[in-house]
Amino acid sequence: MTTDDAVLRKPPRRADAVQQRTRTRNPLTWARGGGLSAVVFALPLLVIFGVFSWAPIVRAVVMSFQETNLIVSSWVGWDNFQQVFADPMLPVAIRNTAYFALLALIFGYPVPLVAAVLMSEVRRAKGIFSALAYLPVVVPPVVAVLLWKTFYDPSDTGVFNTVLGWFGIGPFAWLNSSTLAMPSLVLEATWAAAGGTVIIYLAALTSVPSELYDAAEVDGASVWRKVWHVTLPQLRGILLITLILQIIGTAQVFLEPYLFTGGGPDNATLTILLLIYNYAFQSLGGNYGMATALSLMLAVFLAVMSLVYFRLTRSWSAS
Amino acid sequence: MSLTNISSAEVEASSVAAEVETQRAPRRRRPGKASAPQADRGALSSADWRRPGVKYTWTTMHVVMAVILVVWGLGPILLLAKWAITPTMDINAHPLGWFPNGVAWSNLDAAWNDIEISKYFVNTLIVAAGSWVSQMIVATTGGYVLSVLRPKWAKYVNGAVLATLFVPAVVLLVPLYLVILHPPVIGHSLINSFWAVWLPAGASAFNVVLVARFFDSLPREVFEAARVDGAGPFRLFWSIVLPMSKPILGVVSVFAVIASWKDFLWPLLVLRDPDKQPLSVRLPAIAQSSDVGELMAALAISTLIPIVLFLVFQRMFLRGAGLGGAVKG
Repeated sequence: MTTDDAVLRKPPRRADAVQQRTRTRNPLTWARGGGLSAVVFALPLLVIFGVFSWAPIVRAVVMSFQETNLIVSSWVGWDNFQQVFADPMLPVAIRNTAYFALLALIFGYPVPLVAAVLMSEVRRAKGIFSALAYLPVVVPPVVAVLLWKTFYDPSDTGVFNTVLGWFGIGPFAWLNSSTLAMPSLVLEATWAAAGGTVIIYLAALTSVPSELYDAAEVDGASVWRKVWHVTLPQLRGILLITLILQIIGTAQVFLEPYLFTGGGPDNATLTILLLIYNYAFQSLGGNYGMATALSLMLAVFLAVMSLVYFRLTRSWSAS
Repeated sequence: MSLTNISSAEVEASSVAAEVETQRAPRRRRPGKASAPQADRGALSSADWRRPGVKYTWTTMHVVMAVILVVWGLGPILLLAKWAITPTMDINAHPLGWFPNGVAWSNLDAAWNDIEISKYFVNTLIVAAGSWVSQMIVATTGGYVLSVLRPKWAKYVNGAVLATLFVPAVVLLVPLYLVILHPPVIGHSLINSFWAVWLPAGASAFNVVLVARFFDSLPREVFEAARVDGAGPFRLFWSIVLPMSKPILGVVSVFAVIASWKDFLWPLLVLRDPDKQPLSVRLPAIAQSSDVGELMAALAISTLIPIVLFLVFQRMFLRGAGLGGAVKG
């Protein structure tokens, strides 16, 4: 049912015609046996991953204990971490990020599931339904944000205020209001992301064995009972994965607060990633130590949370 | 480099790849799943559909959902298309009106020429093309080593590649920026060079895993036959493995181009020179300096290629969705 385990699975061990294991450790036989060409083929991967992935990961750990001004680095122990914890903006950023993640779950988690379950029963033009649902996902995120920024125009003639005005509601200040700004961001983020999740659920729904429905019908189950007792339990594995992926994704939200509000108003949309960005790259920034310290803490937190999550749900997700 | 980690798009791509693979090599099904037949029905049986209560409820729900989907999925994009040719004053005063003061085709011209969307468009193409090349080279050669050549040390490389999947991209942000600022060997900064975007894009563990997994599914007998016929590792790679892998290379290519079109934060950091910036980086600056009509035209132009790609490769994006029949093959 799920695809992730398949992706991360090791390649199967099988007799390999191409590979030649030479028993002697002679360099010449090694090269003749294909050892050299394997190294040549591995070079792009080793160089690119080495320079742009493995080394930076190690360096992130090192840097968080250093003070760097691009030319010289000096060890400062836990100073970076202490400075991050002393920053009064940190609790604000954590609170905002958690709020974003929570709202994104409330807005965005049930919607794709309901949509996918309904759509999977469509008998004609199913492709059009899924294409429509997916369309927002292919809009470049920057375009989506700038477009929605216009929708959120706080004047009477903004799009949302116009539509709500037909029903005598509003006008609202949207992004200019410290209470409405975050929900506005989440609404756009949900619009941009929901289609992808719908497609994942639709794919998972096609692999629900039809015998289960047949059996439920023999037992006289109604449509709703079939959905509740067959469809949803069969989806729980993928539901658990999309849940944790969504939380991990929303914990790293950057684009929406950066482009919509820049963290305002009154720091109401300052997220952890925005704080990291500000430490490192804002005009007064250049504080790379603090930035990596905070990003490491976020990464460790997410890793621990995922481990605990999978430990807790292991028995439940086994299908 | 995409600064999101394992995203839903990637889960989706992997499911697409799984489909591609089962279609190519039906002999190798996953154990345990092989016996489970694909559903040729959903929760509702044909008998259910004949019952009036069920039929009307679900038809109504489907119609309502169709309306919501059109408003949700198509509405904002149609509005963008309409605004791209609407005079600024009308966008501001009557955002939902039907061209009260006529059509302003001039928006498109002004966006393309005056605010130089053409230049940023070309930059975006350059960034996407280079990122595609670097991802293809790393993923195909890497996948070939890990899956086909499989030397003794491959398992360590494989582990090291997989491990990077679990590191959130935010950890890489600052150290990677410093690598670009002071790259090894070359000696001068890569800031404002397209290489700063192209090279890190290659370090996509996801692509390597996807391609290696597809190579795993290719029949070894063919490799053996080629080897007996005297093909060396390079010949095998170029004339056998790559031509047999067109489906997965197509998937990786489309997702690579789309991802690079979407990327914002990384090119923002390393391409500081406006003359080098792709659309996604330039558009926020344009939003602050030009009027709404021209901005909307610029946004519409920027959306065109991804939408066209989506419409052309729809099956690839949506495979597994409405295609129960195709999957069974």
